[in-house]
Amino acid sequence: MIRSELIQRIAEENPHLYQRDVERIVNTVFEEIINALAEGNRVELRGFGAFSVKKRDARIGRNPRTGETVAVEEKYVPFFKAGKLLRDRLNGLED
Amino acid sequence: MSGKTLTRVDLTEAVFREVGLSRNESAQLVESVLQHISDALVEGDTVKISSFGTFTVRDKSARVGRNPKTGEEVPIEPRRVVTFRPSQLMKERVAAGNRGRTD
Repeated sequence: MIRSELIQRIAEENPHLYQRDVERIVNTVFEEIINALAEGNRVELRGFGAFSVKKRDARIGRNPRTGETVAVEEKYVPFFKAGKLLRDRLNGLED
Repeated sequence: MSGKTLTRVDLTEAVFREVGLSRNESAQLVESVLQHISDALVEGDTVKISSFGTFTVRDKSARVGRNPKTGEEVPIEPRRVVTFRPSQLMKERVAAGNRGRTD
């Protein structure tokens, strides 16, 4: 499923909404999650999962092509952990 | 860094401000987004949201785990797990926003 299909499915369930409003709604949800993480915050969506930011320490990397060593600075990366309900549903343990 | 935790309430508020719907309907639509993503994953579908990231379902085979407290061996059943791979855009924005953090 891609973004446009997600929008389509929600639009079908909400015939009273304009498609462009459904687009804005879906885009807002994803945009807010990215904004929160960019500000160093966590996003916790019970049942679905949690988005957080993890620190990757600085390290000495290696260019796999040339074998040359390069200093890689510490950086912060997004991380997602599925919630219990979603994990259970994936494994056929319906509520 | 503030280190706040956002929840459905915050996403609902953002949708409420963005589109002229009631808070109640905004909340239902946020839920609907999460529900459709979950349903697709449960069906085994990959969910690919451009400029956000990709959720994939992976099969993990059985293995022998260990209770880290007691050292006891415990069998871990084969299971399906979700992995999330952030888009390049998300990685860049998160890296830029958190650069130079001091914790």
